[in-house]
Amino acid sequence: MSSALSLAHEPVTGIRHGKLGMWIFLASEVMFFSGFFTAFIILRNTNLPVFAHGASELNWQLAALNTVNLIVSSLTMAMAILSLEHGNKSRFQLYMGITFLCACGFLVIKYIEYTTKFSHGIYPGTSSFFGLYFTMTGFHAMHVIGGMIPIGWMLAKSFTKRGYSDWERVEILGLYWHFVDLVWIFLFPVLYLIF
Amino acid sequence: MSAVATQHDHAHVGTHDESHAHDHAHHSVSFIRKYIFSTDHKTIAKQFLATSMFFLLVGGAFALFIRWQLAYPGEPIPLVGKWLPDSLVSNGAVQPGFYTQLVTMHATVMIFFVIIPMATGAFANFCIPLMIGTDDMAMPTVNMVSFWLVPIAGLTIMSGFFVEGGTAAAGWTNYPPLSASGTGHMLWVIGVFLVGFSSILGGMNYLATTLNKRAKGMRMFDMPLTVWALFITSILQVLGTPVLASAMSLLFVDQVFHAGIFIPENLLTANGGLYPSGANVGAGGGGQPVLWQHLFWFYSHPAVYIMIVPIMGVVSDILATFARKAIFGYKAMVFAIMAIAFLGFVVWGHHMFLSGMSPLLGTTFMLSTIVIAVPSSIKIFNWLGTVWKGNIHFTTPNLNALGFISTFVCGGLSGVFMAIGPIDVYIHDTYFIVAHIHYVLFGGSLFGIFAGMYYWYPKMFGKMYNETLGKFHFFLTFITFNLCFFPMHMIGVGGHMRRIYDPYVYEFLKPFQPINQFITIFAIAMGFAQLILIFNLLWSLKFGRKAPRNPWRANTLEWAAPAHPGHGNFDRDITVYRGPYEFASPESKRDYLPQWIRPAHIEQETAVAEKH
Repeated sequence: MSSALSLAHEPVTGIRHGKLGMWIFLASEVMFFSGFFTAFIILRNTNLPVFAHGASELNWQLAALNTVNLIVSSLTMAMAILSLEHGNKSRFQLYMGITFLCACGFLVIKYIEYTTKFSHGIYPGTSSFFGLYFTMTGFHAMHVIGGMIPIGWMLAKSFTKRGYSDWERVEILGLYWHFVDLVWIFLFPVLYLIF
Repeated sequence: MSAVATQHDHAHVGTHDESHAHDHAHHSVSFIRKYIFSTDHKTIAKQFLATSMFFLLVGGAFALFIRWQLAYPGEPIPLVGKWLPDSLVSNGAVQPGFYTQLVTMHATVMIFFVIIPMATGAFANFCIPLMIGTDDMAMPTVNMVSFWLVPIAGLTIMSGFFVEGGTAAAGWTNYPPLSASGTGHMLWVIGVFLVGFSSILGGMNYLATTLNKRAKGMRMFDMPLTVWALFITSILQVLGTPVLASAMSLLFVDQVFHAGIFIPENLLTANGGLYPSGANVGAGGGGQPVLWQHLFWFYSHPAVYIMIVPIMGVVSDILATFARKAIFGYKAMVFAIMAIAFLGFVVWGHHMFLSGMSPLLGTTFMLSTIVIAVPSSIKIFNWLGTVWKGNIHFTTPNLNALGFISTFVCGGLSGVFMAIGPIDVYIHDTYFIVAHIHYVLFGGSLFGIFAGMYYWYPKMFGKMYNETLGKFHFFLTFITFNLCFFPMHMIGVGGHMRRIYDPYVYEFLKPFQPINQFITIFAIAMGFAQLILIFNLLWSLKFGRKAPRNPWRANTLEWAAPAHPGHGNFDRDITVYRGPYEFASPESKRDYLPQWIRPAHIEQETAVAEKH
């Protein structure tokens, strides 16, 4: 093809393709979790005692700790983006590292919660409440893992010789990460606090 | 437009011949990257097309097995009956279990693996970048993943035939509690989840591409209706499909753990045991089967529009081109698509009039459903207004487009019957519904897909298809289609159930056997008529006449590209100067005026473009 062609011009909306795609993807994700919340509302209204009993068996203190965990990671993610935009490599590594550690901490606490449930003989089949609990938190945890992969990759890359400087990409990842945080902000009261 | 034409010094039309473009592509990409894990939107579109054509044959074969059983129950299936395993057939005749699997898989394959991948996967991938004048999708790698999920999903679903208990057999709607047990149903859920993910990734890409990558000078209202329709369809895909995904996940939890989300408490089977056998399902709270229906139809009604709206766009472009007239009411068409898409999200309850839903709620769904007739009629009348007094060319794409309109009107009208609650109570789950769905999905979507396939075949493969064979295929299909599906309205009103292994166990259905045999004969004829299509597509690939750049003298940007565009699509810069439907413009001596021709050089540039 002729090198003089300029078909791949600047994005018409002024928003980078990946960022626009991420916003659309997040709209889709909102609908995905809405399906679960709808099912939760409907089943809770028809099985109130089961849901109240189920919620009372959950460990809200651990979940509250996890909420703090995720909010901190969201903050450090935002600071990591800002640091990289300003070209401050070591700050970026510090904040991105904290974000990654918080995510690990989240999963460790989740693991403790799940294994405690299993040791008490509580499984997704125990009741419709626990079916929903394990599905919703399970999908959320998968989203956390899905975010940790690019976080870890960018972090590792920034330690290499060539470094990592594409702050816009980190911003796109940040959008996703804040969304994962936001889903947890809804899951926490709905599953743990209402009973 | 202010952005008009600044740097057009190098926009000499067609001096780069296509072989040059090809050489370039050969040098830079390996075979695997070029043909298998390709990120080029045209290759991905062809991959979608080939996969869907394969599944069309599979789904069609399932349909013929169903038809054979209804016409000649208990008689061995001709030709293939003796090759099928004993778990499916006895003495070559379809067994009841196999019959329900066939009904389920026919619909699943046709909806999730033929119409949706064809209408969005193939057409959106091929048309959007070319018609908005850009080199590729916004996210080519995501696009590749979106395709490769489809064969994986297809294999997952098909593998159900080889597990104990067979594949999914609860109908394509897969209502629990029937669908809440069995390996086949689990595989079905996983497969549909994957194909849904493919659909979401595709929709994301189409939206981002349309918003971000339009050629210079192209406003949203300069886009052809195909692109508009695909754009709005993508919104449906992105917002509707995830709800199906969450419903699937919950059904999966019910299947594996018997959590009782959709399975009611202490459900007993006919032989007195708990369902699923042994498990005290839902001991901790009763599930709601109707909840599944709500979640399922919240996706699956918009899915109906995912299957028809892109086709409406394709047909609009084809009709305008072959009537040599501007589309009638371009903006009204766009707003009608938007209205259909929006209303599509608030009508799902009309599938559930008989589910035990509150009649008051049913009435609201009835009203919103009937309102959809308004934007649909706007589209129909605008199509008729477009061809009215046009210089109509009866080419194969146009014949299929006109066929689309006539059958879609029939299907749309029978849809109004069903939208009305009291009438639906009578015809629910009868062959009237089967007739309706095939008039809109086969008569509507599939004729539109045929139209699009013929219309863009020259741009896709650089060769012309065989016009005689194409017309023969159309007339044969159109006639057999109507003879096959029209009588279904009658037996439906007569009370013939929608999914029944042997209708003739009922005295009142016995007189319908000759009609069923009539239907089956034409169904078989219609099935074999599709071999003409496949022969035409494959034969023309090798022996077809070489296609010019713009064989239809159309206005849209894909015809500015070389006859068989390579990676990067265009050999010239694209700037858009006008809307897509400037036929019979006073500015030009010719009866068409493409979007990319510079206003000051209309005669000269169109003449040069016609030579290539």
